[in-house]
Amino acid sequence: MIVEVSSVSKRFGLRLAVDDLSLEVPSGVCFGLLGPNGAGKTTTLRMIYGVTRPSSGTIRVFGIDIARDPRTVRSRLGVTLQQNVLIEALSPEENLRVFGRYHLLREPELSRRIGELIAFLELSSHATVPVKHLSGGFQRRLAIALSMMNRPELLILDEPTTGLDPAVRLALWSRIRELQAGGTTVLLTTHYMDEAQRLCDHVAIISGGKVIDEGKPSDLIVNHLARETVEFDCAPEEESAMLNGVSFPSHRLRVGRRLMIYLDDATLLINHIRHYDQGDRRALVVRPTNLEDVFLALTGTSLEGGQ
Amino acid sequence: MNISPSHAFSVWRRNAVLYRRTWMWNILPNFFEPVFYLLSIGIGVGAYITQMGGMSYMEFLAPGLVCVAAMNGASFEVTYNFFVRLSYQKAYDAMLTTPIEPDDVLAGEVLWAITRACIYGGCFFAVIALVGLAPLPSALWVFPVIPLAGLLFAAIGIAFSLRISNIDLFSFYFTLFLTPLFLFSDVFFPLHERLSEGWLWVAEVLPLLHPVRLARAAFRGEASLILLWDLAYILAVTMLLLVWARRGIRKRLMN
Ligand SMILES: Nc1ncnc2c1ncn2[C@@H]1O[C@H](COP(=O)(O)OP(=O)(O)OP(=O)(O)O)[C@@H](O)[C@H]1O
Ligand SMILES: [Mg+2]
Repeated sequence: MIVEVSSVSKRFGLRLAVDDLSLEVPSGVCFGLLGPNGAGKTTTLRMIYGVTRPSSGTIRVFGIDIARDPRTVRSRLGVTLQQNVLIEALSPEENLRVFGRYHLLREPELSRRIGELIAFLELSSHATVPVKHLSGGFQRRLAIALSMMNRPELLILDEPTTGLDPAVRLALWSRIRELQAGGTTVLLTTHYMDEAQRLCDHVAIISGGKVIDEGKPSDLIVNHLARETVEFDCAPEEESAMLNGVSFPSHRLRVGRRLMIYLDDATLLINHIRHYDQGDRRALVVRPTNLEDVFLALTGTSLEGGQ
Repeated sequence: MNISPSHAFSVWRRNAVLYRRTWMWNILPNFFEPVFYLLSIGIGVGAYITQMGGMSYMEFLAPGLVCVAAMNGASFEVTYNFFVRLSYQKAYDAMLTTPIEPDDVLAGEVLWAITRACIYGGCFFAVIALVGLAPLPSALWVFPVIPLAGLLFAAIGIAFSLRISNIDLFSFYFTLFLTPLFLFSDVFFPLHERLSEGWLWVAEVLPLLHPVRLARAAFRGEASLILLWDLAYILAVTMLLLVWARRGIRKRLMN
C-alpha cells in the first residue's frame, strides 16, 4: 500500500472534521476522494502529507509513519493545493526553479527538470511571463507542474480541475493518465463526478468526515442504484399516483421538481408513464446511471447536506 | 531542533530571488536615509549642538544610527513582509508540501532578515565612512555588530508577527516599540549623562541599547567588560524568543 490511513480522526475545537476514517491506496492506482463541501477531504490530505496532526489514528505513506519521518515521505510525494500558491511576480520558469530548490535540486538537473515540466504541461508559450498575467488555467497547470518537480511516486491533487475550461480539463486528465501509466500513484479530490468516473480506478465517498462507501465507480453504481436512469419533471403531489402500480424494484431521487428513477431496464417504466400520461408525451430522459447519482443518493441533495 | 541547513537556505533563497529582481529599487533608499541624516544634522542640529559625549554630535550619532539601520532592515522583513508571505501569499504552505519543516522556514527567514540588516546597515556604514565619520580601521569592528542587531530584531519581530492575526497591528509595533527604542537607546544622547542611576538600570531592558553600546565601542576602538553583558543579552533574548517563535510557527502552519 502506498497510503494507509487507519482509524484517523481530526478535531478542530468542537468540530469533528474527520471521524474515524480509514483508507488504503494501493500502488499505481488513481484514487478519488469525493464528498460535499466541508466533508473533510482537504483535512484528510493534509494529514496524509503530514502538516495536520491527527487527533487519533495513524497514517503510513510508503510504509513510513508520517508522524515519524515527514521529511522522507514528503521528498517522495507531490502536492497540488486546493488554492494555487504561486509567486505572482515570477515567471513559471522562475517559480519552478524556486520550488525545485525546496527539493534541493541542483543544476543541471534543475534546469532539465524545469524544461521537462514546461513541455509536459504545455507551459512553454508563457514560460517567462510573470504569473500574475497568466490565465487561471495556466496558473493551475503551473501549480501542478510544481508538485511534480521531485518526480513524486505519489501525487496528491486537491481539486485539480476546479474552475478550468473543458479543453484544459481534458488535457489535464490525459496528463494524469500518462503519469499513472508511468507508475505514479494519484490521490485526488474532486467535485466533478464525471472526472472521478473517467479518471479514478477507485473512489471513496466521504461525508461528515466518514467514508460512506468506496469501490470501483461502476461497482458503486450497481451496488447502490441500478444501471439505467429515467429522469423527468413531476410535481411531488403527482408522484405517488403516477407510480402507483409500478412493481419492479427501483430507487428514486428527487431534486426539486426533477425526479430520477434508477432501474436495470427502463422500458417497463417508460411504458407505464406513457400510459399514465395518456398520449401526452412528457419529456423523459433515459441515460446510464453515473457516479453523480450515487453521490447524490449517498450524501443528500440539499445544500444543508454539506455545511 | 530540527533544522536542515540546506532546506533553510532554500527558504532564504526564495526571498533573495525576489529581492534581487528589484535590487536597485530596494537598495537605493538605504543610501538616502544616511544622507538625509547627515544633511539635517550637518546643516541644522549640528550648528546648535557642537559637542556630545566628548565628540562632535555627528561622530556621536554615527555608530547608533548604523545599528538603527540594521534594526530597521531586519524589522521590515520580519513584520510586513513575513506576514504577507505567511498569511496572504501562503508561501510557507507551499514549502510544507516539500521536505521543508517549520523550523527550516524560521531559520531561513531569520537568516534573510539578518541579510537585510547587513545590506541596510552596511549601506549606512559605507556613507558614514565615506564622509569620514567612521574612524578606520577600528570602526570596522561594527561589522559583526550589524548581523547581531539583525538577529536580535529578527527574533523580536518574528515572535510578534506570529502572535498577531491582523496586519494593521504592525503600526503599533513600529510606533509604540521601535520608535521609542530609536529615541531612548543611547543613539541621540548619552543616557548616563541624563538618567539617574535607577533609570539607567531600567534602560538596560531596551534591546537596541546593547548593539548600540557595542557599536560605540567599535567606533571608539576600546573594549570593556560590559560588552560581554551586551553580547549575552542579545544572544539570550534571541534564543528565548526563537524558542517561542518555533512553537508559534508550528501552530500557524500545522493545525
Ligand atoms: N484549521 C481549521 N480550523 C478549524 N476548522 C477547520 C480547519 N480546517 C478545516 N476545518 C473544518 O473541517 C471541516 C472539513 O474541512 P475540509 O477543508 O477538510 O473540507 P473539504 O472536504 O476539503 O471541503 P471543500 O470541498 O469545501 O474543499 C470543515 O467543517 C472545516 O470548516
Ligand atoms: Mg477542500
